[in-house]
Amino acid sequence: MTGEKILLSHGEGGKRTRELIRKIIAKRFENPILSPLFDSGLLGRLDGEIAFTTDGYVVTPAIFPGGDIGRLAVCGTLNDLSVCGARPVAISCALILEEGFPVQMLETILDSMKAAAAEGNVVVACGDTKVVEKGSADGIFITTSGVGIASDGWRPAPENVRPGDRIVLTGTMGDHQAAVLIARNRLELAAEILSDVAPLSSMLLDVLSAFGGSVRFMRDPTRGGVGVSLNEMAESSRVRIVLDESRLPVAEAVRGICEILGFDPIYLANEGKALLIVDGKSADPIVETLRKTRYGRNATVIGEVTDGSPGVLMKTVIGGLRAVDYPVGDQLPRIC
Amino acid sequence: MQLKYIDEFRDPGLARRVVDSIRTLWGDRPPMRLMEVCGTHTVSIARGGIRPLLDGAVTMVSGPGCPVCVTPDGYIDAAIGLGKRPGTVIATFGDMLRVPGSFSSLEKERGQGIDVRILYSPLDAVEIAAGSPEKEVVFLGVGFETTAPSIAGAILSATERKMKNFSVLSSVRTIPLAMEVLVSDPEVRIEGFLCPAHVSTIIGSDAYLPLAKKFGVPCVVAGFEPLDILYGIYLLLRQKKRGVAAVENEYSRVATPSGNRKALDIIAKVFRECDIAWRGIGVLPRTGLAIAESYAAFDAQRKFGVEIPFAEEKTACRCGDVLKGKITPRECPLFGKACTPGEPYGPCMVSSEGTCAAYYKYGVQ
Repeated sequence: MTGEKILLSHGEGGKRTRELIRKIIAKRFENPILSPLFDSGLLGRLDGEIAFTTDGYVVTPAIFPGGDIGRLAVCGTLNDLSVCGARPVAISCALILEEGFPVQMLETILDSMKAAAAEGNVVVACGDTKVVEKGSADGIFITTSGVGIASDGWRPAPENVRPGDRIVLTGTMGDHQAAVLIARNRLELAAEILSDVAPLSSMLLDVLSAFGGSVRFMRDPTRGGVGVSLNEMAESSRVRIVLDESRLPVAEAVRGICEILGFDPIYLANEGKALLIVDGKSADPIVETLRKTRYGRNATVIGEVTDGSPGVLMKTVIGGLRAVDYPVGDQLPRIC
Repeated sequence: MQLKYIDEFRDPGLARRVVDSIRTLWGDRPPMRLMEVCGTHTVSIARGGIRPLLDGAVTMVSGPGCPVCVTPDGYIDAAIGLGKRPGTVIATFGDMLRVPGSFSSLEKERGQGIDVRILYSPLDAVEIAAGSPEKEVVFLGVGFETTAPSIAGAILSATERKMKNFSVLSSVRTIPLAMEVLVSDPEVRIEGFLCPAHVSTIIGSDAYLPLAKKFGVPCVVAGFEPLDILYGIYLLLRQKKRGVAAVENEYSRVATPSGNRKALDIIAKVFRECDIAWRGIGVLPRTGLAIAESYAAFDAQRKFGVEIPFAEEKTACRCGDVLKGKITPRECPLFGKACTPGEPYGPCMVSSEGTCAAYYKYGVQ
């Protein structure tokens, strides 16, 4: 279908719509729940507490170094389930396409959704496709919802956090947003920065099953980055978090771009990282375990939970101490 | 991409040694009152947590070196007025968006339909004008000596291309004479200046010689990295202890004594000195750069007959006293209450380089 574009008639419900859905979309996600193309996907009986999440994706450009909006839409929802300790069971896929969107690009995006779903061991159980007039959307928007089952035993939650716990970050900060910023502004740089977009479910669920109650609380630091997620974690747990600036992992190229453009990598979005607050005594073995996984190679302890009024502080590289607050009023481009 | 010499200027071991040297040098003398003139220094000091490190040895007060913060409300009003003319594009650096004028801000007016475009370089504004000949593009020329050359460059480029739909609303200011005003104010009580890094790369460290000589105040040009700042402070303390007032240049890797000739030439070509109002401080003679007669066609003030009033409205906001270093942000009754980065009242809270924003963002409660 080289050169073919999405037309309004692809969304009108007629023959073209059926063709698009059957030949291009459903074909890729083929599975017993989706394939009958009923009005709902029937998931069968689920045993355990059910977790349910949803997210809309509007990133521009739709294809960026290291990933695309399809992989992002699957991973984002999988990760939201996983940090709550839930094993992903099924996700939905709602596409809003702008008239004129290249079919080949749609296929690329669907292929990477398929690959990410396979990697995350989850089925696409239902979906929807709409086409809007040129100018009413920016190429492609995707919404995914996800259903997961939380493990019966331990559940990570803010109320488990206590002084003496440690903060573990599963890898470098800011790769996703830096990659998108560069792609968007067509900045020419010597080293390529790739988005970190990745499904973290198996890594996080393995750590959870091995370390149980030692994993107090988890979040995925997407929009607003590690800085915002940690502030939210400190707030909901009512604890003080003290970071060690010298231990914050940032890829060399990302650091360079931040120096040039005046960004702080702590506030840049990640799409393949998790923050774990863990029992201080288990921090080292948890980091060891994470480092053996594909997406946790650079996992490290970045700080600790201490007594004191809730909030996030940072010991600076040169030995000072300062607050890490929520960023305010920054021009937030569409990054996810 | 590998940026060199970042870690070198943030080395924890070296930082500790400089801090120790400062303590040894200064002993238990009463703290020296130093002003960091530039907003980027203010942010770097706050981000590095430097103030608590040097507690007792120095009192760091923040100066007026944040261009957005010292732009008076009358200028914002004038920009909004221009933006309301049909077919006008207001092109600006992003920080200007939320600065309050006397009745509104560009951000609020953008919601009401003014065409405001955010850009990184004045040259981008020339390109917008070239690409949309039916529009009138007004660039908000706000900044110090650092920004002046690129604004001048944009005007020269527009001159060469004989453009009719580009102009600059100039609010460019110069630093050294403003420092003289501050140092002669007995309420501010400055005993030494940490001079700006970027501005000094343009004007050169010699630009502060008259200041050091006339007012007997030590001056040190320092870079923006934590070690630059710590070592700059060490040099200021050493001058004070020795009873000298000289200009020293810690930032010699970039700033030279005579500055950047090319940049100074282009500034001299396109601008002329003028009196200008600084928000919260008032009119400071000969600290402004207006667009020179020969480039009048690109001067938005002349082109559209815009007046920028000198007078300001009195409010409870004490940004003026903060900008002069008379009070720290926490001494302002609005700080953190009626005035936060989310809901800024005064300009020092708006700009990312503003003293109040830096205190709010990085201050340990």
